[in-house]
Amino acid sequence: MNSVKLQRFLSHNTYVVSLVLLVVVLAINYAFQNNVLELRIINNNLRTLLPLIILAVGQSIVVIGGGVDLSVGTMVSMINTLLVTWITPESSAGDVALALLLACGAGVLAGAVNGIAVAYLRLQPIVTTYATSFIFSGIALWVLPRPGGSLPTDMVRFYRSLPFEIPLGFYVIVILIVFWRLLRNTRYAQYLYAVGSSSEAAYSTGVPVTLVRVSTYVWSGLFAALAAIALTLSTGSGQANLGDAMTLNSVVAVVLGGTGLSGGQGGIAGAIIGVLTLGVIRNIIFFAEVPTWFQTLINALVILAALAAPALGRFIRQAVRR
Amino acid sequence: MSVTTQPQQGTATKSLREYFSPPLIALILAVLLFFAGGLINPNFVNTAQAINIVRLAAFLGIIAAGQTLVIISGGEGIDLSVGSVVTLAAILTYGLSGGENGMIWLGLIAAVAAGGIIGLVNGLGIALLRIPPLVMTLGMTGVVQGTILALSQGEVLGGTPPAMRQLIAEPLFLGLPGVLVIWLLVGVGMWLLLERTTYGKQLFAIGVNRTAARFSGVPVQRVAVLTYVFSGMLAGFGGFVLLGFSQTVFLQLGNNYLFPSIAAVVVGGTLLSGGKGSYWGTMSGALVLTLIDSLLRAAGLDEAYQLMVFGVILLALIIVYGRQRSLRQ
Repeated sequence: MNSVKLQRFLSHNTYVVSLVLLVVVLAINYAFQNNVLELRIINNNLRTLLPLIILAVGQSIVVIGGGVDLSVGTMVSMINTLLVTWITPESSAGDVALALLLACGAGVLAGAVNGIAVAYLRLQPIVTTYATSFIFSGIALWVLPRPGGSLPTDMVRFYRSLPFEIPLGFYVIVILIVFWRLLRNTRYAQYLYAVGSSSEAAYSTGVPVTLVRVSTYVWSGLFAALAAIALTLSTGSGQANLGDAMTLNSVVAVVLGGTGLSGGQGGIAGAIIGVLTLGVIRNIIFFAEVPTWFQTLINALVILAALAAPALGRFIRQAVRR
Repeated sequence: MSVTTQPQQGTATKSLREYFSPPLIALILAVLLFFAGGLINPNFVNTAQAINIVRLAAFLGIIAAGQTLVIISGGEGIDLSVGSVVTLAAILTYGLSGGENGMIWLGLIAAVAAGGIIGLVNGLGIALLRIPPLVMTLGMTGVVQGTILALSQGEVLGGTPPAMRQLIAEPLFLGLPGVLVIWLLVGVGMWLLLERTTYGKQLFAIGVNRTAARFSGVPVQRVAVLTYVFSGMLAGFGGFVLLGFSQTVFLQLGNNYLFPSIAAVVVGGTLLSGGKGSYWGTMSGALVLTLIDSLLRAAGLDEAYQLMVFGVILLALIIVYGRQRSLRQ
């Protein structure tokens, strides 16, 4: 492959560099933790990472459309409190199905509020979604003032299961990627990338910019609901701030996956790889027996280095050329 | 001069919007909110309460000063590391002064220097490596929090020098706490910096249009880096001042100031897209946000309702003057 072709390949598949990074960190992880590739360990890790993976997929869609959603974590918290209020250990399968459906509806509704505020009222995404995050936090605390709740044991067991000897999380990731492949081939996806790269140009060529923008936040709300379902299954209980800390990690995962915050570029595969990379880095630091008090610092430095790596490479290339 | 004696043409046709600039609206809103507090709780409107609110607003205002510069600089400028820098600065002052009045200077220097170094790293990453500000400063937040954990190892030995409490939290003269004087000095300093220095002119220039600024000879990268250094130093100073009030340090001390610092800037009429804004707007914004917070507390609402109402009010404020221009023009 010559360099022009390689460059084109990389610009169309922004996740490739991130994938290389993931393989490298996974190899390092293997050196410290020999059983990391055992099915049981993969299942454990995927189970903890799955909520963030789903959430980061929603965040990617917003970022590709040129925005950012800082309310995703509080949406997860809000829907988590709703789920544990609607579902009790005695709930029938029908009740559970209805609760899950309502949860998705709540996510779509919350996302629509964000989308309408950002797109129709033309407000800045960062402060707008910051403001709505208070509303979602308030609702979460109102629904569930004290941590608690529990789920039917069958549901929790299902989340831990390995259907056909493959971790459940793996199926979810495959479904997410298939969903994205199908979406990529639609006109909607073309509009999404057009709005993200230049909303003025998109508008002048007849793209329904406002509608597309609203839709990105609706997707984000829906994926936050799905992430909340996964998180609730993982923890088995509810707490009014359970998902709050996931917001910033979802943004970091998206960027680690090669999707630029300026919009119009990237995909969801990168976000999934980004979350996996974050998880593996945390594993390495744990198993490398880094002193407890230094773990956060090392973790943050590695993440910062990973975030800076593409920019650093570009900077060095430019410096060499000069 | 004829210019001063003759009324300027066109002033009569000035729109209401021009008379009521966002900072002025915010200030009027703050006064109205304060008296609205009297309707909810008659004990709310008195001098002591007013001084208390301005005192709380002062901490947010000082911390938001650097954020104002960063946001004016444009280029999607935002500093998400201020919260962690505030915490680090307070912890450094607490540890290095050891509660001794004679060692306050060391705490102050360490707090401002640490903030400056963190700001320098942010600035270099953003200006030279072209890492988006949101990502760079978010990444640095993690690094600063990690540094705090590694430095403190769970407990910080030290103390708050008694003189700091007297100078910052307690009445200095006429019943006014010292932090108000400090805030006023920061305000004057920021006004001079923005309106009377070359740096200030260059800052607005790069905020409006970086390419145009470069062609007219502005050292764009140097101004951008310097802006993040200032932001870090001001956040560090904010952490130092905050210690005089909180008297104690903990790992989340500064976290509650991060997003309010951005909100205060926006409510004060500074454009998030850069190039336009003022520090006195941010000061008014800090007052408004603190007032809303105090009002909700005074109303005796549950925390759940407080959060929801705060979110709705913030959204309403952004709707009033945070709107971007239409695509259809």
